[in-house]
Amino acid sequence: MDLSNNIQQFVIFKLEDEEYGVDILKVKTIEKMTRVARVPKAAHYVEGVINLRGEVVPIIDLRKKFNLPKSVETDNTRIIIVSIEDITVGLIVDSASEVIEIPKEFIEDTPELVGNIDQSNISSIGKVNERIIILLNISRILSTVIV
Amino acid sequence: MDMNQYLEIFIEESQEHLQSLNQCLLGLESNPNDINLLNEIFRVAHTLKGMAGTMGYTKITGLTHEMENILDLIRNGKVIVTSNIVDVLFECLDYLENSINNISNLGSELDTNIDDTKNKLKAILNGKPQNELKTIDIVKEEPSNLNFNEYDRNIIVKANQQGLVVLSIKIFLAKGCMLKSARAFIIFKTLESYSEIFKSSPKVEDIEDEKFENSFELAVITSEQIEIIKKALEDISEVEKVEVNVVNIDNNGEQNDENEINEKLEDKIIQTMKIENDDKDLSDDTQNKKAKIGKTVRVDIDRLDNLMNLVSELIIIKTRLEGIGADSGNQDMNEAVEYLERITTSLHDAVMKVRMVPIEKVFNRFPRMVRDLSKDLGKEIILNMSGEETELDRTVIDEIGDPLIHLIRNSIDHGIEETDERIQNNKNSTGNLYLRAYQDGNSVVIEVEDDGRGLNVDKIKKKALEKGIISKQDWSDLDDKNSIELIFRPGFSTAEMVSDISGRGVGLDVVKTKIESLGGNVEVETAKNKGSKFIIRLPLTLAIIQALLVKVGEEKFAIPLNAIKEITPISANTIRNVQGQEVVLYRNNVLPIIRLDRILEVSKSENQIDDELTTVVVKKGDKNAGFIVDSLIGQQEIVIKSLGKYLSGSTKIIAGATILGDGQVALIIDSNSLI
Repeated sequence: MDLSNNIQQFVIFKLEDEEYGVDILKVKTIEKMTRVARVPKAAHYVEGVINLRGEVVPIIDLRKKFNLPKSVETDNTRIIIVSIEDITVGLIVDSASEVIEIPKEFIEDTPELVGNIDQSNISSIGKVNERIIILLNISRILSTVIV
Repeated sequence: MDMNQYLEIFIEESQEHLQSLNQCLLGLESNPNDINLLNEIFRVAHTLKGMAGTMGYTKITGLTHEMENILDLIRNGKVIVTSNIVDVLFECLDYLENSINNISNLGSELDTNIDDTKNKLKAILNGKPQNELKTIDIVKEEPSNLNFNEYDRNIIVKANQQGLVVLSIKIFLAKGCMLKSARAFIIFKTLESYSEIFKSSPKVEDIEDEKFENSFELAVITSEQIEIIKKALEDISEVEKVEVNVVNIDNNGEQNDENEINEKLEDKIIQTMKIENDDKDLSDDTQNKKAKIGKTVRVDIDRLDNLMNLVSELIIIKTRLEGIGADSGNQDMNEAVEYLERITTSLHDAVMKVRMVPIEKVFNRFPRMVRDLSKDLGKEIILNMSGEETELDRTVIDEIGDPLIHLIRNSIDHGIEETDERIQNNKNSTGNLYLRAYQDGNSVVIEVEDDGRGLNVDKIKKKALEKGIISKQDWSDLDDKNSIELIFRPGFSTAEMVSDISGRGVGLDVVKTKIESLGGNVEVETAKNKGSKFIIRLPLTLAIIQALLVKVGEEKFAIPLNAIKEITPISANTIRNVQGQEVVLYRNNVLPIIRLDRILEVSKSENQIDDELTTVVVKKGDKNAGFIVDSLIGQQEIVIKSLGKYLSGSTKIIAGATILGDGQVALIIDSNSLI
């Protein structure tokens, strides 16, 4: 049995009370919150840019992107740096704590309604034990911003 | 042998040779008798033949061989250069260029039929009987080109008197000997260990430059046995044959005073030494010249980018150290940091220079293009180029070619009138196209100017209306300057007749976009019947610039120093409002005021009303504007970092970001987009 084909790994993070997952292969690093320089006239959910070890990386506030209520920055707030092809972006999340493996058979298509998040940003739903994890379609999230 | 590793070298070198071939052919067209050009063309064709032969590209080899035959005839005055011949040679060049491109893209020679071109070459060749070609060869091999003048004779006489032997040595190199000058050098060295060389035919310089066929002749003074010398020479590889003759000259009864002769001989020796020195200088010169063509290291641009990034990092940390040094007040530290600063600045300059390429690389292809286009259109056009040596960053050079081609084509097609029209308008029947490049502060300016009919403002407006680019209402609102700007709108073209040269309506907007993406801008000046001028302004460097750091609210921004004209306080009550635009009368000019805090949407804690506003006056071409900032931080060298693909296009007023010494990110304001 080929394990690698059947099991996917996800970085799990929290927004509000929901748990979300990002394909680990698309995650570069997870950073603590740092100073963000605001970029004028950018989309409202673009928080600004940060200095990531000499690179300038744009940061998206996922709460704003998903129209979730604003939250205060805490010690747990993290920036997940994801990169797809040549685009690198950081996502601000409430907390990021673990990496879990989800076998393919526990990943299901998106049901009709999941909270108030735009459906297209979600690729599928993962079920691990009793937890429900919303798996994000990162390329979709990154591509919609360029408009 | 695996040829692949040589393929890249072959392609690069061929392209360089073709470039020089192109230039020489153009030169030859206007200067058919220039023997140097002919030699150069011959040399290039020959080298190409050799290289292509090694790589196994038979068609290129064949064609260059035919070219050589023609060129040889021309060189020997058997055929006179006509425009027909030049055309055919250009045809060859085109094939060679295409073929080399094909090799670089697909790995094989172009498969088009070149028999036609070859036949044309042969036809020229057949204009002269073949055997004549042979006679030339024979003539060339006829001995003794050493004509001894009186001076030489004296030396010979003197040498004979001292019991030395004077020899004339004729050396034949093997046919196909590749590095003839190097062989000749070895021969010279060998001879010098036995004798003193005092004359050669052809001249030493010519031998060094390989300006000889397969043989050359030397006159030497020696005390050695003839056989030893002959043997030594014959032992050198690629020497086919050595003919040695003793030179005897009767002392023509000239009763020269012994002393005089001695003096003369001494003179001669001194002179020979001088000549030797000269030769050295000369070879240095040729080396320098060659260095431009050949002595280069080809480096992947990615590696240079990487080097550049490292230098950038170094500069950031240097700036940080500067800050620490200033805070600590430690004298030693400050001195060390100052030294570090000098080094990083030099290092930066050095790295930038490595990335700099003369704009010649782009300009080179234009003479040919102008020639062809003007021939096609039946217009007489002279291209005047200047400032080809101006250097620009490699990345800019690679991108600027197409926009320039566009502008030049436009000028030739639309700008410069038909010959009849020019004469009617009392103009010289020959049109002039000027292509200039020069450095202006931290930017490079490229101008494309023609002395044609100029832009017709009414026609532009009419066209724009037709194409729906402007509305009827806009018509009257637009002044001349803004109307001219319409030509940069997408989908605009005024050519009455669409030709294959220009006028497809995909032109100037692409040019503008391209130049703006390089961080530059383009402007037009025009005068009816006098011509039009496109002025392109490009940044010299793309990576590191001097900038003024300013504070707006609590945020830091950088304004490129090259855009800044001056900094001045302006008192708030002098600001007037004209049609919704704040302006101030400054030095008798109306200066538009831009409040950066509003444009940049900076949230200010409270709107305190300052009496004195710090104003940074920035310029764009001949336009100025005053940026109101809260405070100035200072001038600093900053490294431009892109905001990344993700944000590109979303904010036009931000040119990029930079990382300050303390690790903070500051945004760079694109002042051009604000004016």
